[in-house]
Amino acid sequence: MAETITLEVARYRPEEEEEPSFQQYEVPFSKDWVVLDALNYIKDRIDGSLSYRWSCRMGVCGSCGMMVNGEPKLTCATFLSDYRPGPVRVEPLRFFPVVRDLVVEISDFMTKLRSVKPWLVRDAEKPLNEGEYLQTPEQLDEYKQFSMCINCLLCYAACPVYGLDQHFVGPAALALAQRYNMDSRDQGAERRLDLLSQHEGIWGCTFVGECSKVCPKKVDPAGAIQQYKITATLEWYKSMLMPWSRKD
Amino acid sequence: MGVYTEYHPKWYRRHVSTWWWMGKWNYLKFIVRELTSLAVAWTVLLMLMLLNSLREGEGSYRDFLEVMRSPGLIALNLLALLLTLFHSITWFNLAPKALAVRVGGRRVPALMIALPHFLAWIVVSAVMAWLILRR
Amino acid sequence: MKAERSNEPFIWSLFSAGGMVAAMLIPVLLLLFGVAIPLGWVEAPEYQRLLALFRNPIIRLGLFVICSLPLFHWAHRFRFTLYDGLQIKHLNELIFTFCYGGAIAGTLIAAYLLLTL
Repeated sequence: MAETITLEVARYRPEEEEEPSFQQYEVPFSKDWVVLDALNYIKDRIDGSLSYRWSCRMGVCGSCGMMVNGEPKLTCATFLSDYRPGPVRVEPLRFFPVVRDLVVEISDFMTKLRSVKPWLVRDAEKPLNEGEYLQTPEQLDEYKQFSMCINCLLCYAACPVYGLDQHFVGPAALALAQRYNMDSRDQGAERRLDLLSQHEGIWGCTFVGECSKVCPKKVDPAGAIQQYKITATLEWYKSMLMPWSRKD
Repeated sequence: MGVYTEYHPKWYRRHVSTWWWMGKWNYLKFIVRELTSLAVAWTVLLMLMLLNSLREGEGSYRDFLEVMRSPGLIALNLLALLLTLFHSITWFNLAPKALAVRVGGRRVPALMIALPHFLAWIVVSAVMAWLILRR
Repeated sequence: MKAERSNEPFIWSLFSAGGMVAAMLIPVLLLLFGVAIPLGWVEAPEYQRLLALFRNPIIRLGLFVICSLPLFHWAHRFRFTLYDGLQIKHLNELIFTFCYGGAIAGTLIAAYLLLTL
């Protein structure tokens, strides 16, 4: 008989129950299957009522983030063979409200992302006839790592500060703010600093570092935030000791 | 902007326990790292007591040394020493993350930032010990 | 419109500086006075010599830095530990006063002791 593995999947049907529960499913085991394959098998063949998010199934869209045996993972990048003999516990991404089954509500993040102005902020756009913005490979290297973020929110599920205080802006949003701060084409660093130099911004971070450990794209949000703290501190001293240099 | 409020009644919110930090080895290491600050403050306290004893005279200094010899205090100080060492090691290992130094357009590898810190630590400690212990 | 910028950068810089001073110099001091001398691994410095050493202006200044900045490091770290570890954010004014007040008190005591050494 072909090998199987058991998945313990969190279910939450708000119209039927007050609390989430677990449901067990036995799925075929294949060494090239990931957890997402198992979930799709469940949905297709066993229980069509299971709700979950996924899209690219190759680790670039950031949709399929869930807790697998208590760790935030992209289910499309998590092999069943690492969890043999099982069971594999699949739960919705931690620290977000659960809408249904494995689907979480992420509008908190979306609001915070918008608030850090994750786009090139310019005092004045260069006129078209002056050509494109030029950037050397060295200038690209300054922010490239932080630009690899796919908004999968695994870092939020790992961050105890976010877990304890939902006001915290959070690793991905702060890393993306820093991505634009470090972009040579951007002139918005001061405007972002006004928002992020609050207690819920960079100063809420205590450098636990777990966000960087779980990041599937090696963005290193923890590093981005610490670098941001240093910049913000130097800015603060500059504005205190040389107040005339502050642009208004 | 979205219609849904923060207080949507049907969304399930799992409560975060006060013992959240026992859930993962990395969280526990983090809390121990943060608690090293108590060992640091304790050492400063000891230094203040030493300074005070020096101020008051030779007898007071001898009393201080005598108190430091009590077994309970030595045990406590051994624990505190382990914690202060943990602070130093984690601090120097984290420094490269915060200090994004670029040379020739590339980021300097973490070891090249951490190693000078560790070397400086050894040198500075040796000098301090020599200053205090030399006859 | 510019939002009110917090003074967190200043206390963070104290935390940072204190952390570096603590990392470099605290272990050796604790090793010597807390473990090695009490256990007899090394001989305790003679009173007159230690006093003369600590009275040296540069050493005195160094001792002030060692007794002050690490306290601010403790204050900042302990404040956040109480917030996150014990989740008692509602007492945050009390925590803030206790932590930074303690550091300031320690700094003043150190200054007094070193000036009157």
